[in-house]
Amino acid sequence: MLHIIAFYLFAALVIASGAMTIMSRNPVHSVLWLILAFFNAAGLMVLIGAEFIAMLLVIVYVGAVAVLFLFVVMMLNIDFAELRAGFMKNAPLGVVIALVLVCELVLGLGAYRAGIIELGTPSGEVLLGETNIAQIGELLYGRYLFLFESAGIILLVAMIGAIVLTHREQRSPRGHQNIAKQNARRPEEATELKQPGIGQGVEL
Amino acid sequence: MTQIFVDLGMDAGWAMIVSAIIGSLLIALPLMLAVAMIIYVDRKVWASINLRRGPNVVGPFGLLQSFADGLKVMLQETIIPSAANKAIFLIAPIVTFTVALAAWAVIPFDAGVVLADINVGLLYILAISSLSVYGVVMSGWASNSKYPFFSAMRASAQMISYEVSIGFILVCVVLYAGSFNLSAIVEAQKGHGFGIINGYWFNLLLFPIWVMFFISALAETQRVPFDLTEAESELVAGYQTEYSSMSFALFWLGEYANILLMCSLNTLLFWGGWLPPLDIPVLYYVPGIIWFLLKTFFFFFMFSWVMATVPRYRYDQLMRLGWKVFLPLSLFFVVAISGWLMFTRYGVAA
Repeated sequence: MLHIIAFYLFAALVIASGAMTIMSRNPVHSVLWLILAFFNAAGLMVLIGAEFIAMLLVIVYVGAVAVLFLFVVMMLNIDFAELRAGFMKNAPLGVVIALVLVCELVLGLGAYRAGIIELGTPSGEVLLGETNIAQIGELLYGRYLFLFESAGIILLVAMIGAIVLTHREQRSPRGHQNIAKQNARRPEEATELKQPGIGQGVEL
Repeated sequence: MTQIFVDLGMDAGWAMIVSAIIGSLLIALPLMLAVAMIIYVDRKVWASINLRRGPNVVGPFGLLQSFADGLKVMLQETIIPSAANKAIFLIAPIVTFTVALAAWAVIPFDAGVVLADINVGLLYILAISSLSVYGVVMSGWASNSKYPFFSAMRASAQMISYEVSIGFILVCVVLYAGSFNLSAIVEAQKGHGFGIINGYWFNLLLFPIWVMFFISALAETQRVPFDLTEAESELVAGYQTEYSSMSFALFWLGEYANILLMCSLNTLLFWGGWLPPLDIPVLYYVPGIIWFLLKTFFFFFMFSWVMATVPRYRYDQLMRLGWKVFLPLSLFFVVAISGWLMFTRYGVAA
């Protein structure tokens, strides 16, 4: 009973906030709706017993990716009138995409009527009684070690690529800070204490 | 607690809901009281370090100062700037406050005294603390004013940077304890040092990790010396500039609830949680919750101490510390600790 209420609550919120993401006029509101959608999707994950994935979803998407989205969108000064002006120009493209989606829907319905596809049966043994994290760890570092590591390498390459693309040689005359030099500086080198007599002033 | 309500003749589902609500209240209400008192402690500690008296007018020794402040704040008018984005402007303090309370659900105060004993407890805390940046960012943007906006920019960059190193630091503790469950992490610390000292701090590999965690916790809660988001000489009051009355108070309460959370995490992860400092039978006569509160209070004292003595960092220094010092160091310790554990505990696979 409780599960069903929770499921429909989360599912309805995911769909509603997803719809609001594309419908709201203000891009910052869109990002905030998107975050709500992520959050409720994490709730759905908890319901099916995948609490590790749920937590990762919140940490990675809500905690890091969406913050960066928000960061960028907040700083852009978006002119809404200008955005809407491009509507007629892009309308034919939109119609084409809508047509493709309709075709897919019709095809999908036809395929559904034609009967189900024969799927292979899962052969792996189910690790009952172990926690989510232990099970995923067992798979990622055991059976799928090679795939996992190569995914890591691909991400590393992508990261280096992004850094190389945005890296520029510093040509400005402004020198870099030498932190060790700054820390090594003592008050005696930088300041001089003087006790001028009355009416004499300081000689520089 | 669920069992009590089932015995009273309740449906199992309802009993769970009722006990969850009562449990949440049992945590939230004392927490609010603790926050009020800890603000008083904070001000007293700064005052003593600055050779001042601090609050001493309201009630004996000024003990009721925070409650007087709370009453004052409640009676003030809520002012919403006309250029502000009203809905987000009002939601932002609520988000901050709710998120600060939500994290306490998985904190064990004593053996078995925890609202939600989930096996991803530490990840839950990471997830919740990554949410707390939204309160700041939303308030900064919705205020539609320059100072709060700069503050929001700084806050999001700062919290993302330090979350990375906090993540690696937590991985080190999890590697040692072999669990994400906070209760299991505390139990694993029993007799860690020579079979007599409870706590991971007594470990050459984990002590530097603790120092990094303490500093990252200061940065994550935006306390001095990393309080660049509310640097009063540059940004008036940062993201809180446009807020008044209760909406301001919610930020204030949420901030201190977060600080207490970080202090209790310090206690749970490195100093043995509810276990007494030494693994001697006599010390176990003192209830575990007393040890937990004492340790948490001590770390709060350290937070105030730092606040009263350390000057604020420059923004570039803050970023340098996060990315160029803590990130490589914590990565190094993840490798070193997992290597050491493979060598000593699990044995290298042939």
